[in-house]
Amino acid sequence: MFIFRLKRTVRLGIKSLWMHKLRSTLTTLGIIFGVSSVIAMLAIGEGASRAAQEQIARLGSRNIIIKTVPPPEDKDVGSQNESMRVYGLTYLDAERFRNSITNVEVVVPSRHLVQQAWYRNRKVAIEVIGTVPWYPEISPIQVRFGRFLSSIDMHHKQGVCVIDENVVKELFVFDDPLNKDVKLEGDYYRVVGVVSPANLGEAATALESDRSKAKSQGANIGNIYIPLTTIKNRFGEISIQFGGGSGRSVERVELQEIIVKVGGMDEVLPTRDILETLLSRFHKKNDYQIVVPLELLKQAKQTQRLFSIVLGSIAAISLLVGGIGIMNIMLATVSERTREIGIRRALGARKRDIIMQFLSETLLLTFLGGVLGISLGSLVPFMVTRFGQMPTVITGISLVLAFGISGAVGVIFGIYPAYRAANMDPIESLRHE
Amino acid sequence: MTGDKYNAVEFEKDAPILVMERLCKSYELGTMELKVLRDIALTIKNGDYVAIMGPSGSGKSTLLNMIGCLDRPTSGDYWLGGQNVSLLDDDQLSLIRGARIGFIFQSFNLINQLNVVENIEVPMYYQGFSEHESAERAIELAKMVGLSDRLDHRPSELSGGQQQRVAIARALANDPLIILADEPTGNLDSESGSEILKILVDLHLQGKTLIVVTHDEGIAENAGRIVEIFDGRIKRQ
Repeated sequence: MFIFRLKRTVRLGIKSLWMHKLRSTLTTLGIIFGVSSVIAMLAIGEGASRAAQEQIARLGSRNIIIKTVPPPEDKDVGSQNESMRVYGLTYLDAERFRNSITNVEVVVPSRHLVQQAWYRNRKVAIEVIGTVPWYPEISPIQVRFGRFLSSIDMHHKQGVCVIDENVVKELFVFDDPLNKDVKLEGDYYRVVGVVSPANLGEAATALESDRSKAKSQGANIGNIYIPLTTIKNRFGEISIQFGGGSGRSVERVELQEIIVKVGGMDEVLPTRDILETLLSRFHKKNDYQIVVPLELLKQAKQTQRLFSIVLGSIAAISLLVGGIGIMNIMLATVSERTREIGIRRALGARKRDIIMQFLSETLLLTFLGGVLGISLGSLVPFMVTRFGQMPTVITGISLVLAFGISGAVGVIFGIYPAYRAANMDPIESLRHE
Repeated sequence: MTGDKYNAVEFEKDAPILVMERLCKSYELGTMELKVLRDIALTIKNGDYVAIMGPSGSGKSTLLNMIGCLDRPTSGDYWLGGQNVSLLDDDQLSLIRGARIGFIFQSFNLINQLNVVENIEVPMYYQGFSEHESAERAIELAKMVGLSDRLDHRPSELSGGQQQRVAIARALANDPLIILADEPTGNLDSESGSEILKILVDLHLQGKTLIVVTHDEGIAENAGRIVEIFDGRIKRQ
């Protein structure tokens, strides 16, 4: 009985809306744009947040990254005078971290250089990372073929290397890279393993100090890992840069980076403070920077929240405008159909029948708008990803939310016109011309 | 609550189905009280054909609204089919209107977006008839008033006479106690007007109770009884 009534009410609604096709379409547009903006904005927001979180998570949520940065007070004098600048993290720092802080599980020191790598007649720019065998513990890289560096490699300062898949793609087009020799600045290194790319992406770039950013902009296409002892032995610790202007700078840096991994996420921040204290005691110059991915993650989430609120408000306003548009049209419809309402009342319609009739018309409009809006709104993130190279994620919740909101808009903005229609005096409305 | 409740009782011929006693209706116009109906006493029996006549402003329309349960009296009682209408609330009034009264208006008052069959179905819809049942009855009624070849036409595609015939079919839909016609031929030419009158007379002959409000002496002559109303009172009946 109820279902039967509902069916007929809906059919009647469709018939009435069909009589004014253009008006119904225009009315629905408000909801269509409102709903599609909700979907699109949620998708873009969610995509951005997931990308950021994923990148930060790749840096390791239990990691603390300590980087060497050029001390600021040296910068003024630096490039002019010939004397060597000595700064940065040292092997001793790494040793202290390992020995004096109990929370620390792993300490990974590393040196980073940008070099040309040769294989036969092919040449690519790569980043050479001199590090220790347990480096994979703090990095998202995974061994694909062969093995990572070993302690024997370390001990004998062997000329071996592990390259990532990006390097393989560029350097070894058709050859199997294992056991081939890659040339770096006059020396040959035998490839013992292939790993997946570290792919730290934008989050990592955001962490880089200006100097290394400038370096990485030299479009190095991948990483090549060699033993820390080997890099020290073959490349030394002194680098000469022919800087802008007249001078050149000579620098001596032992380690570019030390990554410390602690046992649990709740130990990250206390350990960071201990490290800070420890470093400040032994480093007079401010030549290091501590980066905590976990903190970045928190910041990113906070930014994300703000972003969502702003986008959400915009979407809410557009839905509100759409809803007011619908109410406006429904009020006009009601007064236009006063006589019909009078006739129906005379023929036995109760107030609630009239309310149902007009409310169902409004709901039909908003649901139609909801469905079309969801389709349009799903198309927008697709286009953004396709042409804007921005990640977007449409979640099931956002679809349900958008549909629910359009229904709610229908009820909220439909109830008043329907109520007005129902409370018209039947005698008056029958006389209405 | 459906119409079944109101349609359950059958009335014998000449049973009093409409009884008004000391019925008054007044409107407040600012501080003044305008008495439109004063002490109306009226009894109509099952199967009557009654014409209500009177000059404009006599309270004729108000009496019509009162009979049609569109309005409630200020004081006095009105029994329709044994039910005291004065005591009903708005929802019950709506239902009793749909079940007991068949309205025929001067300006037809069909719903424009519905076709002939759907227009006839409207009163049945509000009484909770099933779709199948009401469609069947609507087609039957449309055939009865001679519109079998116009079933899916819209009111705008029909002549005035045809529209009024749809309205008559619609008035019969719920098999009401009383058919209440307000100037049924007022908007029609004489030819279609007399067609409509013929249908009304036929209905009377089939035992329907008819109340026709009219200026037309010709219609009044057809009726078995004329109620004249003047200045809010029944002058002659």
